[in-house]
Amino acid sequence: MERPAWAPRSIDISVPSVSRIYDYYLGGSHNFEVDRQAARKAMEFMPGLPKIMQANRAFMRRAVRFAAGEGITQFLDIGSGIPTFGSVHEVAQAVVPGARVVYVDHDPVAVAHSQAVLTGNEHADVIAADLCKPQEILASPLLEGLIDLNRPVALLLVAILHFVEDADDPYGAVAELSKALAPGSMLILTHASYEGIPLPAERAEGAVDVYKDIRNPLIMRSREAIARFFEGYDMVEPGLVQMPHWRPDSAPEDEDPYAFSGFAGVGRTA
Amino acid sequence: MSAEPDGPEDRLRRLTAIWSRAVFPVTSTSLTRTEFEDQLLPLTRRLSDLLRTRGFDSDAAKAVGAALVGAHCTDPEALTRTLDCIDAYLVLYCGEDGSQDELRMRSSRLQHAMAAGYAQALRERTLAEQEAIAQAALQAQGVVAQALHASEARFRAVFEGAAIGVGIADLDGNVLQVNGALLRMFGLSESAVRGRRVQDWVHPEDAPQTWRLYDELVRGDREHYHVEKAFNRPDGTVLWTNLTVSLLRDADGTPQYQLALMEDTTERRLLNLRLRYEATHDALTGLPNRTLFFERLEKALNAGEGQRFGLCYLDLDGFKTINDSLGHAAGDRLLVEVADRLQSCATAPGEMVARLGGDEFVALTTGPGTARKVDELAERIMSALVTPISIDGRDLLVRGSLGIVEGPAGERTAAEVLRSADITMYRAKSAGGNRSELADPEADARTITRHGLTTALPTALERGEFFIEYQPLVHLGDGSVRGAEALVRWLHPQHGVLGPDRFIPLAEHTGLIVPLGRWVLQESIRQARAWRECHGEETAAGPLRINVNLSPCQLSHPGLVQDTVEILERAGVTPDALCLEVTESALIGADDDLLKPLRRLAEMGVDIALDDFGTGYSNLANLRRLPVSILKLDRSFTQGMQQFPADPVDLKIVEGIVSLAHSLDLAVTVEGVETGAQAEQLRILGCDTAQGWYYARPGPPERLHELVLVDATG
Repeated sequence: MERPAWAPRSIDISVPSVSRIYDYYLGGSHNFEVDRQAARKAMEFMPGLPKIMQANRAFMRRAVRFAAGEGITQFLDIGSGIPTFGSVHEVAQAVVPGARVVYVDHDPVAVAHSQAVLTGNEHADVIAADLCKPQEILASPLLEGLIDLNRPVALLLVAILHFVEDADDPYGAVAELSKALAPGSMLILTHASYEGIPLPAERAEGAVDVYKDIRNPLIMRSREAIARFFEGYDMVEPGLVQMPHWRPDSAPEDEDPYAFSGFAGVGRTA
Repeated sequence: MSAEPDGPEDRLRRLTAIWSRAVFPVTSTSLTRTEFEDQLLPLTRRLSDLLRTRGFDSDAAKAVGAALVGAHCTDPEALTRTLDCIDAYLVLYCGEDGSQDELRMRSSRLQHAMAAGYAQALRERTLAEQEAIAQAALQAQGVVAQALHASEARFRAVFEGAAIGVGIADLDGNVLQVNGALLRMFGLSESAVRGRRVQDWVHPEDAPQTWRLYDELVRGDREHYHVEKAFNRPDGTVLWTNLTVSLLRDADGTPQYQLALMEDTTERRLLNLRLRYEATHDALTGLPNRTLFFERLEKALNAGEGQRFGLCYLDLDGFKTINDSLGHAAGDRLLVEVADRLQSCATAPGEMVARLGGDEFVALTTGPGTARKVDELAERIMSALVTPISIDGRDLLVRGSLGIVEGPAGERTAAEVLRSADITMYRAKSAGGNRSELADPEADARTITRHGLTTALPTALERGEFFIEYQPLVHLGDGSVRGAEALVRWLHPQHGVLGPDRFIPLAEHTGLIVPLGRWVLQESIRQARAWRECHGEETAAGPLRINVNLSPCQLSHPGLVQDTVEILERAGVTPDALCLEVTESALIGADDDLLKPLRRLAEMGVDIALDDFGTGYSNLANLRRLPVSILKLDRSFTQGMQQFPADPVDLKIVEGIVSLAHSLDLAVTVEGVETGAQAEQLRILGCDTAQGWYYARPGPPERLHELVLVDATG
């Protein structure tokens, strides 16, 4: 019998979680030993993994500031994970006080933690939902309470799409979400790729295998495949590029070599 | 903010830049290095102040260490690099002109305090974050547990509230859980069901595949099955269900439980059975009806090579009379009693009795030895009817005519078999009833047209398919033609010319005899007039007379006298030109009501002949009161005179009859005269007129004309 939609999947903290592993990479302690074991194992293959995460955070920060600078005051961050520091609401609300932020994650622990962090912040909240079921996100009363879909929204899909296998139709999910957004909305996206990793692909594959082992396979896509997520969007300069090259605040050449792994970009709907 | 080159502010900035450059690569901040540097600048300033302040504020130094943790430098490598940087450059950039030894010492103390502050802050942050994530995990688990609880509560409500019976058993068949609907259906308490095994519920009416499907399911070879299944309730009644059983597997796909869903179909099934019973049984007698009989017969006929069947078709004799005289209620009671008796005749396996409708019943026998069994069955049926049936205190004698068909399966359709039985039954009936006849293909062929003829009769009259032949009546005294008997024929489009014996009984049966008889009368009278026109009112021996047969049905028809008078008048023919022939049997026991019309006709001048005289048990004394003027002696009396010398007994009898007739003032006509010797003999015995092949066969009216002319000229 299939699990009814309103019953969450069970929680097993003996299984590593990608959000908590991410937190560990970022020097946080919102993680358990199982998460750290997996993270350390992946780092055996790619010691610079934390730098990739850091570059993601830095790109996200620049992109959110850019969007806010362009007048966007509503943010939908799907795959938000565990908010540690420099989260979207901190960045956005620092630029635009009262900016609306809705986080979405399917990890119940991440959601519970987000709720704790966001207690008292009346302009930000979190929804437990899955990227692969966009209607569940769009139809959420909580989203409706915070975000006006008739006005532009910045949709953040930072370091999440590479956890969605083709069989689960990530392109369809992005298209369906995009369709719901008002003109002038933005898509802020990063995605893992073998391109740009300062290691032979065989070594990088070792790290990819770790994610396969924890039943959260990491789908490495080509730049071309990643570009297809932006169908229907006009790319904001400088387009889909390596993270340090996207509107840098400091010289990219100073960045850690790992920061150049994968791609980032921002698109805007007409 | 601009700073004077190499002034204290500039030195602070330079120190901060060095620090930031050392630490930034090991932080996980998302700030840019410039922003990060801006975060470090106040810390450098405080360190600079602390270095040069009198006394030592260790808490302030610890706060700087803690601030590093606040700036997300949680990697201990950041502390190492920080302390290296402070140790190497703080005194150099911020020492100004103080005592180097003391500055170095203060720098060391600052570093100790910073390290302590950092360690404490990092420990607190780590513990706080661990606490936060543990709380989040707990909370999430609580949410899940709550949702599961709600989910389970809902499922339980569905399970308990379901109108269909739900039960779960393990794969060994042990019942684990059942819902209220199931308990109500079974009429059992929960404790009585728990611990029972599914295999205990074997029922004699289980379909053959039921338990094979069960075995396949518990073996994991089948996901579900659907059967109709019966269960015994403790009160002795039977529960019928529509049962669906599904295999439940665990997350890994291993079979774990069996889930049974059942719907109580007992009432629906009873209703279906009742509807089926009503559709296949006769409401009056409770016997199987025509529908069921045909089903069985068809099954018997399709039974395959080597199989045979036997069938008895029974029609009660004279049932209509009982219905008419005693009423339908009595008739119905009689049928019920007959049905009961027939039912007791067919009790062996493969035998059945059905009521086809009215007073028609059939009995079917199948299986080995049908040739013998059907004869025995017929015998039992005939003897079952021997004992009179008591209705309203009267003992009614019931007789029946039985047609028997026996034969191999696969040759004929049910309809053909039944028609053959029907024809055979009629043969028994025509032979006087109260007997059985065995079907015979030749007899069938002869009678095949019985049904066809009956239905074709009405249109045959409209289409003018009937015609009349005339057989002369010759005066034995002088051999002159005195008239002719009109004999109706049917020129059937398929069967050719049919004699009256083939269709008059059918016409009697259907009532068509009345219009047909009227037509014959009209035609014959018209012909009589034509002859009179030809030969004048008088022939050598008086007017030519036409003899027309009157059937019993016409005799009792109320329009007989009026019709006859009208026909005579319209044709302008006097009544003395007509002789109506009535059979002796039609007049046996006739009462005055029946004789009245004949009497009136006789008074008008119409002659009445008593046909077939001598075949029935004539009450000779009765002859006096009948309005007849002629006796027509049956041909059986004259047959003995065909040879020479004639049978002396026959001669005596005929002589006696003639003498009796003449004494009653009746003329005597003989039929079937075929030889001259016969004719001479009959003339000597005193018979008045004769007809037969010796004179002429029946023929067209012109023939008579010719004969009359021969007479006239002879």
